[in-house]
Amino acid sequence: MICPHHDNFTENNLMQVLEFLRRPWPWYVAGPLIGLSVPTLLIIGNKGLGVSSSLRHICAACLPGRWPFFQYDWKKEVWNLFFVAGILAGGWVAVHGLGDPAPMHVDRRLVLEMERYGVQGFGDLMPGVLFSWGALGTLKGWLLMVMGGFLVGFGTRYAGGCTSGHAIMGLSTLQWPSLVATVCFMAGGFIMANFLLPVILQL
Amino acid sequence: MMEKRETNMDFEVRSLDVSAGNLPDQVQQQRRPWWYQLKYLLVGMFFGIVLVKAEIISWWRIQEMFRLQSFHMYGVIGSAVVVGMLSVWVIKKYKIRTLAGEPIVFSTRQFNKGQVIGGLLFGFGWAITGACPGPLFAQIGAGFSVVSVTLLSAIAGTYVYGMVRGKLPH
Repeated sequence: MICPHHDNFTENNLMQVLEFLRRPWPWYVAGPLIGLSVPTLLIIGNKGLGVSSSLRHICAACLPGRWPFFQYDWKKEVWNLFFVAGILAGGWVAVHGLGDPAPMHVDRRLVLEMERYGVQGFGDLMPGVLFSWGALGTLKGWLLMVMGGFLVGFGTRYAGGCTSGHAIMGLSTLQWPSLVATVCFMAGGFIMANFLLPVILQL
Repeated sequence: MMEKRETNMDFEVRSLDVSAGNLPDQVQQQRRPWWYQLKYLLVGMFFGIVLVKAEIISWWRIQEMFRLQSFHMYGVIGSAVVVGMLSVWVIKKYKIRTLAGEPIVFSTRQFNKGQVIGGLLFGFGWAITGACPGPLFAQIGAGFSVVSVTLLSAIAGTYVYGMVRGKLPH
């Protein structure tokens, strides 16, 4: 009598856990988990969290040319390429293993603003109208994907790090230059999102 | 190799730090088989799952953040920093070593103008693409194949920076 009941109990619990994992994770779960990647990388191999440097290693590995910036032993940093390959694989697992069937919830004020620019698709993680192979041929799509990507690559290397390298790893180790960088990331984002992006979206 | 003679301005590339040059880990790594790196793939997978499940890879969430319409992203980044700080504090206080028994090394960064100018430029790109470099990889994995164009463009941006950095203020 007890055994079947017990099995039923654990099965229900498992289903509850799985259901929780499928729903969007709240910030107080996701943030601390991301924070824990800092000590994890330090303890398993003395590595500092940072993603954007992978772009530099790709340049150094594929096409170093005569540029001193890419003349270094990228193989010493190969862990970083395994790390970003893992992020890509994790993205796949999250969608195919823990996908949420419910549409995403977007703030109503943002929905109203975006509808004015004709941007829709609020149920998905990204607006397909702006980010798709079809949109790549339009000026708007080209600016968003190609110019946007260029700014991310150029800016992060010029700043010497990105959200993970400066904002999380840098602030965790109490480096004030990383605080300056983080404030500038946010300032740039505020300027773009509120003043420049509306112009691009109306093109 | 030429980079080693000047101060390393890349916060994320540790092997370029003069102080890190003789880390046992750096020396040993050359002799280790490739599968030794798989642990970083696992940590990356974990990181990528969190980025997707907490909707950090969502263009909408980034727009909400920069319009102060949602606390979500501030909560994520803020609590990540708090947990990171506490972990680093514990590691320093108890002199915790790596699994291989090495002392854990922290690099210190000097201020340069790049953190301001580059920071602003990256902020522009972050708000446009709705992605910092981590989410770029996660978005591709999550099935947004067109983001591979954004990623290639980011690699191109990094390359152009490497070409012109001598002429830029630092």
